[in-house]
Amino acid sequence: MTATPPEVVISVRDVVNRFGAQTVHDGVSFDVHAGEVFGIVGGSGSGKSVLLKTMLGLRQPDAGAVVLEGRDITGMTDRELREVKRRYGVTFQHGALFTSLTVRENIILPLVEAMQLEEATLQSLAELRLRMVGLPVEAGAKYPAQLSGGMVKRAALARALALDPVLLFLDEPTAGLDPIAAAAFDDLVLYLRRTLALTVVMVTHDLDTLARTCDRVAVLVDRKVIVDTLEGIVRNDHPWIREYFHGARGRVVGGAEEAGRGA
Amino acid sequence: MPHTGEFQAQVDAGTGTLRLSGDCRALDLDALERALADWSRAGARTLDLTEVGRLDIGPAWLLERATARAATTGGSPPTLTGEPPGHFAYLAELLALDQTADVEPEPSRSWLVRFGHALHERFHTWYEALTYGGALIETAGQAWRSLRRLRIASVVRHVHETGLQAVPVVAVIAFLISVISAYIGAQQLRPYGAEIFTVDLVALGVLRELGVLLTAIMVAGRTGSAFAAEIGVMKLNDEIDALESMGLNPYEVLVLPRVLGLVIALPLLTIVADFMGLLGGGLLARYLIDLPWPQFFQRLDDAIAPTTFWAGLVKAPVFGMLIALTGTLRGLQVRESSRELGRLTTVAVVQSIFLVIFADALFAIFFLEIDF
Repeated sequence: MTATPPEVVISVRDVVNRFGAQTVHDGVSFDVHAGEVFGIVGGSGSGKSVLLKTMLGLRQPDAGAVVLEGRDITGMTDRELREVKRRYGVTFQHGALFTSLTVRENIILPLVEAMQLEEATLQSLAELRLRMVGLPVEAGAKYPAQLSGGMVKRAALARALALDPVLLFLDEPTAGLDPIAAAAFDDLVLYLRRTLALTVVMVTHDLDTLARTCDRVAVLVDRKVIVDTLEGIVRNDHPWIREYFHGARGRVVGGAEEAGRGA
Repeated sequence: MPHTGEFQAQVDAGTGTLRLSGDCRALDLDALERALADWSRAGARTLDLTEVGRLDIGPAWLLERATARAATTGGSPPTLTGEPPGHFAYLAELLALDQTADVEPEPSRSWLVRFGHALHERFHTWYEALTYGGALIETAGQAWRSLRRLRIASVVRHVHETGLQAVPVVAVIAFLISVISAYIGAQQLRPYGAEIFTVDLVALGVLRELGVLLTAIMVAGRTGSAFAAEIGVMKLNDEIDALESMGLNPYEVLVLPRVLGLVIALPLLTIVADFMGLLGGGLLARYLIDLPWPQFFQRLDDAIAPTTFWAGLVKAPVFGMLIALTGTLRGLQVRESSRELGRLTTVAVVQSIFLVIFADALFAIFFLEIDF
């Protein structure tokens, strides 16, 4: 641990989200530091997706603030928000690639919308993004429906990287992948984080991904959030957290925790 | 702005030097692209990076590619002044990886290949329509024997959605069209003192043709598209596969209730349209040519044969079947993309309207032959 306080990239301040009478978040606060991989976990219906949408500026919280790189995005005009949105990249749970466009067209879409570039330059930049996420260059000509699940996730990541974001949001990046593909995706995220100095926020249920990639973890329980390193979270006494990490499927992190201590 | 120093690129045409300064972000790609083109024209001899700040990976890639190109065309790589960007090492690493994996090459664009594909596609569509028809007849045969398989509740729901909910719009359209045709008819017949025949015109027109045809076209636009879109989304969402995996027959669960529902609903809507059409004609006759209601009914009775009403109504179930079959078939043909969904929904509407009018022409010839 360094003595200097870490640079805060995202600051979520007392966010409250309600749907009718149902309160999903009741005063959620945490900071995401520059260069870390920040995991968000929680049970089904605990509001992970809602929290992610709030952080992306796609949803106005009922109270509280979200500060991205020192600027409060709640209450921003659409025009200001558009500026902010170019600073981050997002991948959605099912990829959300545009099915009527090829992978290459998907990747260059943010560029085409942002500026005027020559066709050759666009092709070259698409090749770069494909290479960055470890996809064969020929895959660019394919339509999303022709790709395997792992390739869809990589293609979605390639599109998220199109504008060289400083912040990356990943929603369930390894859900639906086999363990080998999931581990490869974890490696890819860590590699990109290291080489591009990205800050990564990911929502995940994959305990292996959590253990391998995340520096700190936020757990959504009882409409609040508990933030700690993974080891700290694992030792937490909250019944739901105990069940999550020490229940029938919690063994993996137990092992990873030992490995984490050894490293 | 996030820039600490505004990005600038200067090209010295004399010495072939490109000087970059400030932060170069992804959003400066267009400026960098123009500078690189100028630099390439100027010979691309020297690259000055002493004043450059942060260099994003996208711009670094374009820079790397441009220097690599200059090296191959100019014989020797351009001279670099200043620190090479940190990303160059990463890019070299990427380029060293062999990423030509087992992906099929892009399809040939020769006209012969495209023609072959189009032909194959056309035959496949016909084949699918045939299979579809066969499976549906088989399902209908089975359903005939077992009442449970007819799915009465589902049929009733479709009668409600496609029939009852369409009543207001069909009624208004039938009323207006009949008023318009009666008005024009009355104007044309007036010079001959034959205004009374307006009643004949409206009665025959509405009962034999307009009532059922307008209703069918409205329903094709309203329900044909809905069928195609509903089933198409289910197809994209793997819901059809889910049904089949449960041992359920999608034709029985999705197609047959829609077809039966519309076969029942369209005649009912036609009766509404006929009634509203005659009402419109009667009202116009009452107020434009001052024909009192009793005379109107008298004239109406003389004008129409006992078969006139049935000549229109008998076509309705056939039209309903054509619309429902086209809509559901096109829905089932959706695969892979949202664009397909839109295209096939359009196809469903256009084809069902075409089929309805075509079938109407056949009916006209048939009725003429048998003197109906």
